[in-house]
Amino acid sequence: MSPAVIIFIVLALVAVACAVAMLVSKNAVYSALFLVLNFATIGVIYLMLGAPFIAVAQITVYAGAIMVLFLFVIMLLGGENLRLGEPLRGQRLIGLIFGAVLLAEIVLLLIFRSGMDQMVGTLTIDTSPAALGLEMFNKYSLPFEVTSLVLLVAVIGAVILTRVDPIRRPGKPDQDRKDQSGRQA
Amino acid sequence: MNSDLLTILLPTLALTGWALLLLLVDLWIPREHKGITAVLAAAGLAAALGLTLSQGRLPAMTDSTVMVISDGYALFLDVLFLASGLAGVALAHEYLKRANIANGEYYALLLFSVAGMMLMAHAYNLILIFLALELLSIPLYILSGINRPRLESEESALKYFLLGAFSSGFVLYGTALIYGATARTDLPGIFAALQSAPVNPVIFILGAVLLLVGLAYKVSAVPFHMWTPDVYEGAPTPVTGFMAVAVKAAGFAVLGRILMAAFPTVGKDLTPILWALAALTMLVGNLAAITQKSIKRMLAYSSIAHAGYLLMALVPFSNRLVNSDVQASLLFYLVAYALTGLGAWAVVTALEKQNGDGLKLEDYAGLGKSHPWLALAMTVFMLSFTGIPLTLGFWGKFYLFRTAIEGGFTLLAVIGVVTSLISAYYYLRVLMYMYMRAGSPSVERAPWLQVTAVAAALAVVLISFIPNVLLNLAGNSLLLLP
Repeated sequence: MSPAVIIFIVLALVAVACAVAMLVSKNAVYSALFLVLNFATIGVIYLMLGAPFIAVAQITVYAGAIMVLFLFVIMLLGGENLRLGEPLRGQRLIGLIFGAVLLAEIVLLLIFRSGMDQMVGTLTIDTSPAALGLEMFNKYSLPFEVTSLVLLVAVIGAVILTRVDPIRRPGKPDQDRKDQSGRQA
Repeated sequence: MNSDLLTILLPTLALTGWALLLLLVDLWIPREHKGITAVLAAAGLAAALGLTLSQGRLPAMTDSTVMVISDGYALFLDVLFLASGLAGVALAHEYLKRANIANGEYYALLLFSVAGMMLMAHAYNLILIFLALELLSIPLYILSGINRPRLESEESALKYFLLGAFSSGFVLYGTALIYGATARTDLPGIFAALQSAPVNPVIFILGAVLLLVGLAYKVSAVPFHMWTPDVYEGAPTPVTGFMAVAVKAAGFAVLGRILMAAFPTVGKDLTPILWALAALTMLVGNLAAITQKSIKRMLAYSSIAHAGYLLMALVPFSNRLVNSDVQASLLFYLVAYALTGLGAWAVVTALEKQNGDGLKLEDYAGLGKSHPWLALAMTVFMLSFTGIPLTLGFWGKFYLFRTAIEGGFTLLAVIGVVTSLISAYYYLRVLMYMYMRAGSPSVERAPWLQVTAVAAALAVVLISFIPNVLLNLAGNSLLLLP
């Protein structure tokens, strides 16, 4: 076995073990941390496949930003001590069925993989971060700038929708809310 | 950025810059004088309109990276979006003061949304189309919730946001699959790839259909329309009016662009889907509108029904012989629908009371006696929605049905005519309430609303005497086909 295969097997085992541990651990914070580890291993697998940019993005965006947000929410809401129940009944069964379907799909694809390579257009492009950066800031500079505008608008929205209005007397919104709910009831 | 890009996007960039400045300037404008912000926003929109019109003589062109395109189609739509934005400002000013939500950010967000729509009309690349879709949607999610302590407004914003995010997912997934099949994201590139290279048909059609579904959510075509009545009812009425008109126009703008620029060769796969969507949307929209008691919900269902008529224009998109008719009738109907819709929503806004009452059909009883001008304007709008002659709506439907029949979809045109007859029931019911029931409706003193309503009514009637002029404008704005 070549070293690459050995590394891949180790990574794959860690990734699967983390995923299973995330599902079965009783504490939501542990679950989140196992998910971080899982994302990190997947990131290394991307690196092995020769996609350094996606690997770094996976670490910074998923393992970094999104999971920190997850942890914040869990800790702020006190979710780490939540008892593990099923808020919606039958979810486990449905999950099992969907899991089986997905597994069957993957196995079928592996068996009938002939023709798979014609499924998608093949591209030979340089995926190094430098090349991607050049593409992004030359050809795709306009979408890049528009993205920044979209984010700006989202920030403005977050401020507007959470700001406590000085013009409304304190307590007035609650009053409105009560009136509203009273009318709907 | 290359210079072509700047030339093509000059009005859009100017509007965006103005919106950013407005956001800053608004900090110094006291709360009692938010009218200044409204005037500034209107000035920005008017300036962008002037810039757009000054570009009318430019030849159709794309930039070197094939991100954006400038052609008659985009310019025509730019004018429509900017005019809707102006009407949106006129609708909002007095309403915001009345509802005690006079935020300066309202106008800045409106401007951002209009900029997103203009970008949408010019976008020639699926990546940019997705971003433009977000840029026009996100401000509207926020605006729907701007009447914040009111539960309906919050509900509307949350529903709109969740379903909007869901539909964006469809658009993105479709884009990814199309890229997987063709290795291109620019529309002419996709068209070329479909003609030359071997493309996996399953992946490509799946991507195209997902893209279609995502955009069908945006224009609220049945069966992706469930969110529309709730969102339209809960959002502040001026926002609803703007959403019902401008977002729909933007959605159809990009649908038309994608279908005609990138997908003409897969017409036989997509036409049946569009056919079914159009037929279902016309039927469900009109039938559901019959039972509505609230004028806002009724107009929401009516906007769904009109999405069906607009979809009908796109059904024969792959037929090269009627291609220019497809585009002309689509743009013509968008103008007719925009004028009629904005006017009708202006009347609804004028009758809404501070606490959110005044939106039931009974509240329109006696309007003909107490406010004859407003009632007359509403009459024009209802007739135009129905498609009665002497209004723009009649010509819009006439050209639509003609396009459908020329394209060989007679049954669809028949469904259109029949559903128009059904729609007469609920549109004319408004007239019956206004003129034949006694009542004392209270109308807010709101000069700008009345000016908007009367101007829109005049336009609907007067342009209907010269429909050819508008149709030629719409038809001459031919798409730059690859």
